[in-house]
Amino acid sequence: MRKFREFIIEKLILICGIASILFVALIFLFLLREGLAVFKIVGPFKFLFGKSWYPISEPPQLGILPLILGSLLVTLGAAIISIPIGVGCAIYIAEVAPVKIKEVLKAGIELLAAIPSVVLGFIGMVTLVPLVKNLFHLPTGLTALSGSIMLAFMAIPTIVSIAEDALYSVPKNYKEGAFALGATHWQTIWRVMLPAASSGIVAAVMLGIGRVIGETMAVMMITGNAAVIPHSILAPVRTLTATIAAEMGEAVVGSEHYFALFAIGIVLFIISFMVNVTADIFLHKRQG
Amino acid sequence: MLKKMWLILITLAFSTSAFAASGKNSIQIKGSDTMVNLGQAWAEKYMEKNPGDFVAITGGGSGTGFSSLISNTCDIAMTSRNIKEKEIALANQKGINPNEIKVALDGLAVVVNSANSVGKLTIDQLAGIFTGRISNWKEVGGKDEKIVILSREVNSGTHVYFKEHVLRKLDPNSKEEFAPSALMLSSSQAIADEVAGNSAAIGYYGMGYISPKQKPVAVAKDEKSEYVTPTIENVINGTYPISRPLFLYTNGVPAGLVKKFVDFILSKEGQDIVLATDFVPINK
Repeated sequence: MRKFREFIIEKLILICGIASILFVALIFLFLLREGLAVFKIVGPFKFLFGKSWYPISEPPQLGILPLILGSLLVTLGAAIISIPIGVGCAIYIAEVAPVKIKEVLKAGIELLAAIPSVVLGFIGMVTLVPLVKNLFHLPTGLTALSGSIMLAFMAIPTIVSIAEDALYSVPKNYKEGAFALGATHWQTIWRVMLPAASSGIVAAVMLGIGRVIGETMAVMMITGNAAVIPHSILAPVRTLTATIAAEMGEAVVGSEHYFALFAIGIVLFIISFMVNVTADIFLHKRQG
Repeated sequence: MLKKMWLILITLAFSTSAFAASGKNSIQIKGSDTMVNLGQAWAEKYMEKNPGDFVAITGGGSGTGFSSLISNTCDIAMTSRNIKEKEIALANQKGINPNEIKVALDGLAVVVNSANSVGKLTIDQLAGIFTGRISNWKEVGGKDEKIVILSREVNSGTHVYFKEHVLRKLDPNSKEEFAPSALMLSSSQAIADEVAGNSAAIGYYGMGYISPKQKPVAVAKDEKSEYVTPTIENVINGTYPISRPLFLYTNGVPAGLVKKFVDFILSKEGQDIVLATDFVPINK
């Protein structure tokens, strides 16, 4: 009887494991089926590198270069802001902070991760957008920079918690060895701990970036959504995610526009897949 | 065990009653953001008069309304534009037969910040501004400041109407588009807020959204015509150049509860609500 129970539980878990992979595969197949149809209307090159996005005109112009660049620019900006802050915060929590402060900081970071992105977007819209506008004397504060700052807030919790974990799992004797050789605390962190935890930190950064690329609501609310090729981080941009979210409701099922939105989905899927794979490679390198 | 049985029973009871509520005595209405407030006002008054009936209103844009009607996820689509040929074909394919009912009129207001000295524009100037040919306020008599164009997203009937009637002036061969640098905002309220806070912004939306925080621009057909402000009188007497009809679309001729609701909207009482929400009634 006990063996039988073991058997059932084992199989159930197996089914759960297979199911999640199956779902991913099905989603990807569905994306491909709906998205690839767009290439009958525009060539892949024209789709990826076309400069105008006018999906509801006759005939539609379906070029997503401005959208790809918009997404990349916002993500790059968010990375530049969030990586130093996130990694610095992780070092402080893992190495420097006394236990009490450490607890408070960790709880705070978790709280930051719990704020829904639409709320962050709303806060950004009423506080950050006017600030950016006045600070840089811009015609409008709905810019890539506003989006980057808001997204950095969303990436920081991911980066901090995983990077802190990586630092924490560096073997104790590395640190003791460094101290024994007469290194100061900072020298130990900089020369020993960081290099030893580097693959975990890179993975943390990549996962943070993955979160940023896929973020939709906040970006849609504060980046202005103008489909132009951005020339500066102080200009409005339109991201891949915001385009799908804003236009899916209108797209008539089976129209060019509908297929194009799914094709954007494929592009987005591929980008986040690459980011996640990179993160995974680094995570495994640490364990290996 | 007994506890679990009870739980299951209770869930079942709840789910069946929820099912019943979404069945016979409720109507789902989806579509134009311009009409959400109006639809809500209609629904509230109607439900007050007919307790037991339930009307649910959701926005999302005219296109969203049509696609829900076509996919049979709503009973009525409220829209600020006519249905497209493509959409009719698709609807017929799915056995849906769109039926158009005109329920109100709406003047499309062009608004600027109240600090902006520009107070009147011609349709040509508007087309120039929104396509990006005119990029500085000094070209239309304002101060030397770059124009910030605000537009609704492409799922908005207001966006489509403005493009066809102002940018393209109803010329089917015209290739005019909104300037790529136009900021696409996801609701009329977002445009209202940005115009209120940005001295260089210009945007457009249904008359119902005008508040003292923005300044509506007087519009003229061409330089020789009179400049007309977007007021209810001017839309009724036809002098305001950018006004449009608002529609409900049903699947086939309305029957049952849908007919009851549509009749209410077209009644004097329903049309009074139109006026009260700053739109223009059809039957005077």
